[in-house]
Amino acid sequence: MTLFQATGLQKRFGSRVVLENITLGIEEGTVHGIMGPNGAGKTTCFHLLTGHHAPDAGSIVFAGQDIAGLPPHRIARLGVARSFQIMNLFDDTVVIENVMLALPAFKAQTGRIFGNGFADRRLIDSALEVLDMVGLAGSAWSKTKSLSYGDRRALEIAVALAAEPRIVFLDEPTSGLGVEATRALAALIRRLRTRFTICLIEHDMRFLFGLADRISVIHWGQVITEGTPAELMANKWVARSSLKEAV
Amino acid sequence: MNLSDIPPKGGSPFTLPMAAFLMLLLLAPFLVARFGLYHYLAIEIAIWIIFAMGFNLLFGYTGLHSFGHGAYLGIGAYAFGLFQHNVSTSLWGGLGAALLAAMVAGGFVALFLSHRRGIYFALLSIAFGQIFWFSSIKLHRVTGGEDGLLGIPRPPLQIGNVAVTLADNRIFYWFVAALAALVVIGLWRVVNSPFGRVLQAIRQNEMRARFVGYDVWRWKWLAFTISATFAGLAGALLAMAQNSAYPDVMSLHQSGLVVMMVLVGGGLVNFWGPILGVLLYFLAREVLGSLTETWLLWYGLMFVVMVMVRPEGLAGLIGTAARREAPAPPARIVETTP
Repeated sequence: MTLFQATGLQKRFGSRVVLENITLGIEEGTVHGIMGPNGAGKTTCFHLLTGHHAPDAGSIVFAGQDIAGLPPHRIARLGVARSFQIMNLFDDTVVIENVMLALPAFKAQTGRIFGNGFADRRLIDSALEVLDMVGLAGSAWSKTKSLSYGDRRALEIAVALAAEPRIVFLDEPTSGLGVEATRALAALIRRLRTRFTICLIEHDMRFLFGLADRISVIHWGQVITEGTPAELMANKWVARSSLKEAV
Repeated sequence: MNLSDIPPKGGSPFTLPMAAFLMLLLLAPFLVARFGLYHYLAIEIAIWIIFAMGFNLLFGYTGLHSFGHGAYLGIGAYAFGLFQHNVSTSLWGGLGAALLAAMVAGGFVALFLSHRRGIYFALLSIAFGQIFWFSSIKLHRVTGGEDGLLGIPRPPLQIGNVAVTLADNRIFYWFVAALAALVVIGLWRVVNSPFGRVLQAIRQNEMRARFVGYDVWRWKWLAFTISATFAGLAGALLAMAQNSAYPDVMSLHQSGLVVMMVLVGGGLVNFWGPILGVLLYFLAREVLGSLTETWLLWYGLMFVVMVMVRPEGLAGLIGTAARREAPAPPARIVETTP
């Protein structure tokens, strides 16, 4: 079943057309990769899909509902979560609070002025569970600022997962990671794929081809080709680019 | 040290600093008498504590820098006075009117402010503050213009069949102090509740808060409106204390004063910061003011030095001193190879 379908997306900033015509469908339960050269419009595409920008034209349908142009918080509450390429965390606080703020059970009680959110055992437990998924349960009560780069990346993903989304968008999760950390991340995504539909932008081709069920290649603001990793390897355009050696 | 430090025990507001604060409220009348200061000072301090603490919900916790909050103090004061003059002489009625007026005014202004932040938020908040200040001068028939609203009574406090007159400053102090205690306990609960946590999340990272699923606009609107309402309460008490309301209360000067108190006290890093700031200001005014007429110059200099060397304020200073007493963990030596 197609969980997420974008059709004919267009976006311009002033006179610059960034996205010409983006059409991509993401099947439920799959890992969908997006690749393309720098400046191809991958991140802008993500911004459109998750509501940071409204598209100038085109439709975005998530689980049967048109979400194009909805504000980010509405889209997030429908079950769409994302991580950021440039890390975006709640930095003045402890690790676990980042995750707690995203939990639906926490959001349900934000109206309670006299509530007791952070002393609630069940909330702490479910936040720890999410942190455990990404291997951060041990540093739950550390300052967010004190985390290493790789751990911050992992926390980015944990915050996205905490919202209990149906689909998770990850914007270049391996960016800046070393070999070891990249391998750990791949293992994490393999574990997550049984529970979430995942869409990721990635530069690391070996990483992406090893994980994705389908890949869309974006260039010049449009999807120039799409297919399984095997199909893409057979594609003459992909073959001509330096992609093949990278894998 | 920062505002988001989670109290290890969570729930109960009755911590050691809270005990110290309540004790201070209890002892204040005796302290001012002992040091030869007049009773009215204690009232003033308690009122400004309400104003500054409510203001810090917006300024320190939500990270929205309003420089026009004096307006809501003034609106509270006028609303209280107008209610006494035109509707009826009633304490609760007047307080209710002041809260409502400040809430409505704050809510209205927040409609225009809530999708702004940083310098744009600050400038717009000043602009709206000036509009209210200017209106209070020009709307002669309502506000009495530059003379202000005079002869505002202090209606008696009616509890059941007993009426307590608040005309005496010594008795009025206990009324203001009780409200200040309620406000501080209430705010402590608010900032430590899920509600307060979301406000702090917005301060830390508005974009992330939005993508986690919070309607940031609505939260900012709420924070502004709530803090304006607290300012309204302080304003009503000020009108009672001074038996009058005049445009000066709304001026940019008052708005700046509360910002300065919060910053000097350390409202950005500590819940108790604004209270320290209020105390420091009034003590400086009394002590320095008795020595020299140019006391504000010295207070201003102190503010400059504080911002330069200890931007986290008095509370930050105390926090650092407290940590110094504990032995520092051995520093790890990191060797770097060229």
